Amino acid sequence: MHGMSLIVKNITRLVAGFIAIFGVYIVLYGHVSPGGGFAGGVILAGALVLIVLAFGEEYSRKVFPHDVAKTSDALGALGFLLVAIFGYMVGGFFVNFLPRGQVGNLFSAGTIPISNLAIGIKVGTGLFGVFLTLALFRRQRDRAGAGSLNGPKGGGPHGGET
Amino acid sequence: MTFSMLPYLMAFLLLVVGLYAVVAKRNVIKVIVGLAILDYGVNLLLVLVGYRRSGTSAPVAPILTGGMANEPGLVAQSVDPLPQALVLTSIVISLSLTALVVALAIRLYEKYGTFDTERMRNLRG
Amino acid sequence: MDPVLVLLIALFGFMLIGSLIAVETRDLLSSVICLGAVGFGTSVAFLLLGAPDLAITQVVVEILVLVVLVRVVITRKDETYAASRSTLAVGSVLLVLGVLVAVMFWMFSGSGQDRLRMRPFGDPLMNDETEASAAAPAGQPELATTATEPASIGGAYLKHGLVGTPVVNGTGAANYVMGIVLDSRGYDTLGEATVIFTAIIGAYAVLRRVGRQHHARDVADR
Repeated sequence: MHGMSLIVKNITRLVAGFIAIFGVYIVLYGHVSPGGGFAGGVILAGALVLIVLAFGEEYSRKVFPHDVAKTSDALGALGFLLVAIFGYMVGGFFVNFLPRGQVGNLFSAGTIPISNLAIGIKVGTGLFGVFLTLALFRRQRDRAGAGSLNGPKGGGPHGGET
Repeated sequence: MTFSMLPYLMAFLLLVVGLYAVVAKRNVIKVIVGLAILDYGVNLLLVLVGYRRSGTSAPVAPILTGGMANEPGLVAQSVDPLPQALVLTSIVISLSLTALVVALAIRLYEKYGTFDTERMRNLRG
Repeated sequence: MDPVLVLLIALFGFMLIGSLIAVETRDLLSSVICLGAVGFGTSVAFLLLGAPDLAITQVVVEILVLVVLVRVVITRKDETYAASRSTLAVGSVLLVLGVLVAVMFWMFSGSGQDRLRMRPFGDPLMNDETEASAAAPAGQPELATTATEPASIGGAYLKHGLVGTPVVNGTGAANYVMGIVLDSRGYDTLGEATVIFTAIIGAYAVLRRVGRQHHARDVADR
């Protein structure tokens, strides 16, 4: 999958970092201002999808490979589960065991920022991994033997993809 | 019927349009579009139930700004936070559901060469 | 007339027209773009209803859904310009849906039975405890009680969620919705993380190629 034109590449170079920082901001401040882990994670996935669409798959493999996306997806889910299990130290499953702090600070609300971070990583990289899989499917098919697929169908009106 | 029931009814009509597309359409992509519209209708209906009209014209969101002094006013006026909490997870689930169904559609196209379910039934792989 | 109500009705009208176009048009790309319009209208509706977290999440989710769907539709040519399914099937589906809409109309309109009737728009169940006193029977003013504890769950989360009661610790989060999602109802969020994980793994499993590169003849299971 090749990238797009020069204008798109230049704009992506300028903008993709800001989108990622915005996503991280919404994840971290999720308990103080609107947003939270889910919205911030999807924004992070959007920044990564932008890089893949603008620069092509070969370049994005150096920046953020597919295997790293799958691994960090699983690690995010595991982190959320660990936060829940550590609640057993205080009383039960999912008990908020850190001190609350003052309302409105960044370090407040117990384990909620940690849960937000885990969910943000999980949702962001997981959705990016799914997008890569959906986008790369055709390319694997072309590599695997395009001749033998199109042959028996005679290359009819739906026989090829442009 | 009073005017104040109309938003519920229109959100339910959105749900019905999505349900019609899922059931009665031949093209797989139309079914996916119908599934997405069904998700939007359900989320809208849930959030509509929790709306509380406040004194001013704009609704008060359940976020505490400006310290603990504003808390009693917020408790008296804000909208219901519980449907919003339930719908928040539902929105992201609908995204991953769409990704899964699109993966199935890509597989179907690779095998049969078309998105039309009637033609798939005739082809039988 | 409440301005939010008027704006909401206009927005829903726009969304209904957009969804009908999305479902009925023959060109797949136009249908996907109208889906984007419906999703954007949903986000504006969430803003009008006082749900900023949902508006942010809906907008970015809508963008990703559009990117995925447009990629699928553009790169695969398909002409399904034939008629839809048989008239009997479509007719019976429309009849059932019409009956459903009629039943819902009756339930939402307030002329149904008391326990099925929906509360009017803008007046949820939480409002019952803001009038904080129950009326006393005539002649016995000492029986008038003051309802101090909210009757509905949303009201209880609003009142005690931040600071807590002597029995339960509060969440301490200024954003009440995130406090509910990640602390009071954290178990549901764990279930939701599991559902997303399963859907993503399902997509990987469907699009997986196991040994197909080695058997180039064997490609489509003929």
